[in-house]
Order: sequence, then C-alpha cells, then structure tokens
Amino acid sequence: MEKKKLIELKSVTKSFDGEAVLRSIDLDIHDSEFVTLLGPSGCGKTTTLRIIGGFESPDSGDVFFGGERINDIPPHKRHVNTVFQRYALFPHLNVFENIAFGLRVKKPDCPKPSKEEIVERVTEMLTLVNLRGFERRNISTLSGGQQQRVAIARALINKPKVLLLDEPLGALDLKLRKDMQRELKSIQKRTGITFIYVTHDQEEALTMSDVVVVMADGKIQQIGTPVDIYNEPENAFVADFIGESNIIDGVMEKDYTVRFSGHTFNCLDAGFDPREPVDVVIRPEDVDIVPLERAMLTGKVTSITFKGDYYEIITDVYGFKWMIETSDAVEDGATVGLHIEPDAIHVMKKSEYSGRYGDYSTYSEEAEHLSDVEEEEVTAE
Amino acid sequence: MKGRSVFQRMAAAPHIVWAVMFIVAPMLFVIYFAFTDEKGVFSWSNFASLAQYSNVFILSIAFALIATVICLLIGYPLAYFMSKAKPKTQKVLLVLLMLPMWCNLLIRTYALMALLDNGGLLNSLLESLGLGKLHIVGTNFGVILGMVYDFLPYMVLPIFTTMTKLDRRYIEASADLGCNSFQTMTKVVFPLTVSGIISGITMVFVPSISTFYISQKLGAGKIDLVGDTIERLFQNPSTYNVGAAISLIMMILIIVSVGIMNRFSDNDGGIIV
Repeated sequence: MEKKKLIELKSVTKSFDGEAVLRSIDLDIHDSEFVTLLGPSGCGKTTTLRIIGGFESPDSGDVFFGGERINDIPPHKRHVNTVFQRYALFPHLNVFENIAFGLRVKKPDCPKPSKEEIVERVTEMLTLVNLRGFERRNISTLSGGQQQRVAIARALINKPKVLLLDEPLGALDLKLRKDMQRELKSIQKRTGITFIYVTHDQEEALTMSDVVVVMADGKIQQIGTPVDIYNEPENAFVADFIGESNIIDGVMEKDYTVRFSGHTFNCLDAGFDPREPVDVVIRPEDVDIVPLERAMLTGKVTSITFKGDYYEIITDVYGFKWMIETSDAVEDGATVGLHIEPDAIHVMKKSEYSGRYGDYSTYSEEAEHLSDVEEEEVTAE
Repeated sequence: MKGRSVFQRMAAAPHIVWAVMFIVAPMLFVIYFAFTDEKGVFSWSNFASLAQYSNVFILSIAFALIATVICLLIGYPLAYFMSKAKPKTQKVLLVLLMLPMWCNLLIRTYALMALLDNGGLLNSLLESLGLGKLHIVGTNFGVILGMVYDFLPYMVLPIFTTMTKLDRRYIEASADLGCNSFQTMTKVVFPLTVSGIISGITMVFVPSISTFYISQKLGAGKIDLVGDTIERLFQNPSTYNVGAAISLIMMILIIVSVGIMNRFSDNDGGIIV
C-alpha cells in the first residue's frame, strides 16, 4: 500500500548572505516514516529542517503539509514540533512545566485542558521517555541524556503529526548515543509519528531510519532505504560518505562486464553505454585476500591497523591505495592477491564528485566533515 | 592556594586606603553624629525628632516608585526593541542612549529645566503657536519627569544586556510549542529577563529616592524630598545630628530594598548594586 504523502518540498531554494545553502530541493515525506537527512556540515540539512519547522522561509519553491501550502504559516500554527540541538529547555521551568508548556498555551480552537488532564498527559510523556519521578527537578540538575528525554517529551505532548529532530544526540557520549538511538526508534514505532531526523553520523542514519536522504552542497544526492543507500550508492559522494569505499575509475566494456585496475571483471550492472567511463565502488569488506595464483589483482601492503575483530589493510594496486578489511593476518610490505566477486562490484555513473573520494592514499576528507557539528548552525544563522 | 602573595596585598593597598578614607570614615561620622547631640553626648533624641519628617519619607518613596515604574514601562519595550534591531541600528540606539550618561547628571537636569521652564524652549514654542503655557517646572510631574529622564538609561541597559544574552532557541522553542509572539513574550522572554529587570529597578530606585537636585531644580524648591531635607539640615551646624540620623535611616532603607530585590534575581544577569 502506498503511504500517504505528508510533507512535500518542491524546488525549495534558500541562501544566506548570497551564499546558496539549498539548491532546488524536492522531497516527499510520508506518514509514519523515520526519515533521516544525512550529510556533512554545511550541506543544508538543518536549513531543510528549519524550513519544515517554519523558522526559515524558502527564497523560492513551495512547502506543502497534507496537501496545503504552508510557506507563510508561522511555526506556532504548524502541526510540527521540534527537538532542538542542545535541547533549548526553558531554564526558568522545572521538568514538569517544561513538558506541560505546549499544553498550557492557549489555543483559539480548543478548550484549555484541566489540571488533572495536564498532570495525566505529562505523566504519560514522562513514562514514554522513562523519566517518572523527575517532575520537580530543575533543568540544570539533569544530565545530557535526561535533558534529551525532557526535550522529546516536551515536543511530543501536543501530539504533532511530525517531530523534527536536529542532531539530538550530538552532545551525548557514544554509549548513551547508542541507547538513545534504540529508544528514539522505539518511541517512533510506538507513537507512529513521522520523525524527520538530522544528523551527520552515517551509522546513526543507517541504524534508525526507514528512509535516508543523503545531502551535499545544498542538493539531495540520494533518497532510499539504508540498505539501498549502502549497496547501491548513486554517486561517488554517497559511496564515500556512507561507510568505507574504494572508488576506482573504470570503463564499462559491455553489460555485466567492467574493466578497472588493468583487469576485466564480471559484474551485475547493466544499462550503460558501451565503453562508458564509470566509477566502480568496492567495499573494503568485500575484497578477499587469496593466494597469488588465484588473484585477480595483486597489491603491496603498505599499512596494517588492528581493529579488534578484523585488520584494516591499505594495499597499493598500481598506485591506487585500496582499503581492505580482512581477518587474515598479512605481513606489512608483502605482496597479496585480491579476489572480488561479481556481486561485490557496484558500478556508478560519473558525477561531479568523481575522482574526489575513495582513494586511501591521502588523508580522508570524511574525518573532517564528521568532526564539526557547529558549522552547520553558523550557516543557518 | 592559601593566602595572597605580598605583591597582591600591596596591590590592594591603594584601594583599601581609598575605601577607608572616603567610605568607611564618612560612614562612621554619620553614625557618630546620628547618635550624639550638639554637645557630642550620646543621645537618641535625633531619632525621636524623625517623626516630623515621615511625610518627606513617604513622598520620596512614592516619587521613586512612580519614576521606577514609568522607567520600567518605557525601558522594557525599548530594550526589547533594541535587542531585536539589526547590529548597525543597535549600535546607533545604544550610543543615543549612552550619550546623555556621559554628561554630568546636574548638567542634564539643568538642560531639562531650560527646556521645560516657563520661559523655556518648550513654552516659547507653545506660546508662539498660540497654545498657552505648560507648567511643568515646580510640579510633582516635573520632578518625576526629571527622574525618568535622568535614570531611564540605567533601566534600559541591564535589561538590554539580559535580552541580548537570551538564546534565540528559547524563543524558537516557544513558537514551536504553539506560542504566538505575545505569549512568547510573557511566558519565556519576560521570566528569562527578570534578573535584568531587578538590576534596572534597583539602579533607578536608589538614585531616585536619594536625589535632591532634581527636586530642587525641577521642583523649583516647592517639593521637599529626603535628599533636600538632608542637604538643608547639613547646611546648619546645629542640625547636623538630625541630618545624620535621617541619612542613616535612608541608608538602611536602601540596603533593605536592594536586599529584597536581590532575593528575586538569581544573580545571573545584569549588574547588581
């Protein structure tokens, strides 16, 4: 059954001080989905979220909510609530009052809830986020994880159709992040509310989402399920940003046959022009190390990193450095044989990102865009 | 680290000397005079004669309260407007607000008098337009106007400071949860700027209650506030002691009111006197 379209962005553009942040975004978000906007800082994901929330208005293009154009509807009239980056809990109110805030606001179309009703709803929310007994606590006495829960409860109390989450786990440590990921996912399932989640953490996106929207340079690069995004990346950017990838220049000889690194491989891709130059993606875990006589390619090991349950090996094949993950121990400096199965090869069309990623001979840019959460905000402000 | 180095002690010395000479010593003199009679003998008589000045006290407190409330009513929206303005506009507004403060209070008061006096600029203008004169100088209104004019910046600045420090995210969160801008103002902005309001109230109330030149100039000598009374009593050596007693009461009054104000604030914003 086709799910109901809840939010539609049509050719939305936005720039700040003459700098384009969003370049024509088209995006459909369906009911009850967990959608993640994923991308490096400055890619426009937070701006997209803020446009849906009503905190920014698009320079051009339209935003629809349930079929109705909402470009000019202010935030307080939208059926959307937000969990802000670093939570923005009201410091002058305690946990109970923070959560009750949305209920206590007088709305023209519905009667004011009674005292008992407010207590009941807040208690319900506190149960949902596992914070019973914290009602009277001051916000400043809460840990990051607890503040996070209060922020979620506060945003959910008005039963929004859509919950927007702006890097909500950014300030938590790794262990807590993992717990909260699971919990958020379960809250989303239980409430059936559409979640739009912004993050720069690809692992988080893959773990939690029904749909991942990969963004870069103010454009959507790919929309798909986590499995699709990982297995069938659209271009070199997506392949590099999601997981680790070796991205090699190749030529499509004919359907199901691709040539790269001086060898012709069988593959599962078809539909390219004959002799069309392409980008070939091979995940580090899909390269097998084999005895030289069975090898498709040979390479010289230039570095070995022990990762616990596997080794991460950098291998030089005709000057291109491959990353390989293997459980076999190899010697540094040794010549090894490589074997690649046809289903491990993914062929992509050339794009503006070709040649920029996927070689492990230099410092990976990925580390850089994973490091800084703040930058995105600066752009948004 | 325990104690302070010799150098640190030495560095504080000039300030300590200053404080002793100009703050502690005069205070001791006030206390001494308040509790002695003209011959220097211990006596409660000065306080006994205070009852006749109770009207002056009440009037002073009333004037200071009214001036403070007016300053708050004008100052709060002004500070809000300023904090919302673009950085360039903000700078200009800030300079306009501070400019009078760089000028001596007495001179400012004289300037206001020159404007509002019977033969002053305002009345000449009104007269030439055939509208008749406005008697401001010498009325209660004139004195309160003077207080508001002189002390308004002290209300605006601390409130402005807390407002610019207010995280924009709180305002967005409030809008997100369904508040229109008026509800956001009352439910979020106001409670989060209380410390600035407290500072502002204190900084307007204290100088207003103890002023004497404003009532002298703009009250044209017809309105007697505590400050004027103290000044007059100290001009005659035989009434030094009563003047000192009033000063002491005044000081206690101010300390108590500042203490009360500080209870309301979390000491996290603005300047606390």
